[in-house]
Amino acid sequence: MPAGTLYRGREGMWSWVAHRVTGVLIFFFLFVHVLDTALVRVSPEDYDKVVATYKTPIVAVLEYGLVAAILFHALNGLRVIAVDFWSKGPRYQKQMLWTVVGIWVVLMIGAIYPVLGHAAREVFGS
Amino acid sequence: MATTETTASGIGPVEGASQYSVDNPAPLIEAPRQRTKKSPKSTRGNFEMAAWLFMRLSGVVLVVLVIGHLLIQLVLDGGVSKIGFAFVAGRWASPFWQVWDLLMLWLAMLHGANGLRTVINDYAERANTRLWLKGLLYTATVFTILLGTLVIFTFDPNIR
Repeated sequence: MPAGTLYRGREGMWSWVAHRVTGVLIFFFLFVHVLDTALVRVSPEDYDKVVATYKTPIVAVLEYGLVAAILFHALNGLRVIAVDFWSKGPRYQKQMLWTVVGIWVVLMIGAIYPVLGHAAREVFGS
Repeated sequence: MATTETTASGIGPVEGASQYSVDNPAPLIEAPRQRTKKSPKSTRGNFEMAAWLFMRLSGVVLVVLVIGHLLIQLVLDGGVSKIGFAFVAGRWASPFWQVWDLLMLWLAMLHGANGLRTVINDYAERANTRLWLKGLLYTATVFTILLGTLVIFTFDPNIR
């Protein structure tokens, strides 16, 4: 660990870093997402045209990344709440982080087909 | 462990006997941040505590709202392929989904804006930088919340 830093590494710090990074990414997407949805007030054609980009293979990969960020932020957020409000939370913060990571991995495997399936069919043929 | 054992009075063997006892107690030292009659009135209120609590309360609600939203939009019934104007019109025909989306919009924007406010406070070192970044953040947040709310309330399935 470099001298003169408050950053302690390990599960506690890295989960905090990941929570920040995913939070900022989700917020920027949310801003764009409200703007694209607002096109329903312009015309059905303009809305459908922009939504079509959400269905391309490259954006499907970005959507998978968005799901990854949201699921981590949601699960780790529940862990943060447990650390703050459950009397034994701080003691079990590491175990809870690995539980979060475990659930996250399972959900991400489950999301592969629904989120990326249509992109795979388009790229590799159906 | 045993090498740092101290006597009952809290004085180690090096210091010798305690100067103080039950009859001659040590002087009470006031806590450094103790508020007294002379200290100025707080002008800050409890905003930071309210913001901290809001992050946790909105977070729990958002877990349900956002994961439900992801399931509907990206997983169930063909995933993203089914989304289009007709799909949006079908869902916003129901007040339930209008309220769902409205609540999700407000909570997510406020939760995210407060998160970014914290990030700006942490990393922008100059007061002027913080001022401008937060001004931009609050402008974008108010604009987005108002735009989204307007779209949900004025949605017209027969726009054309």
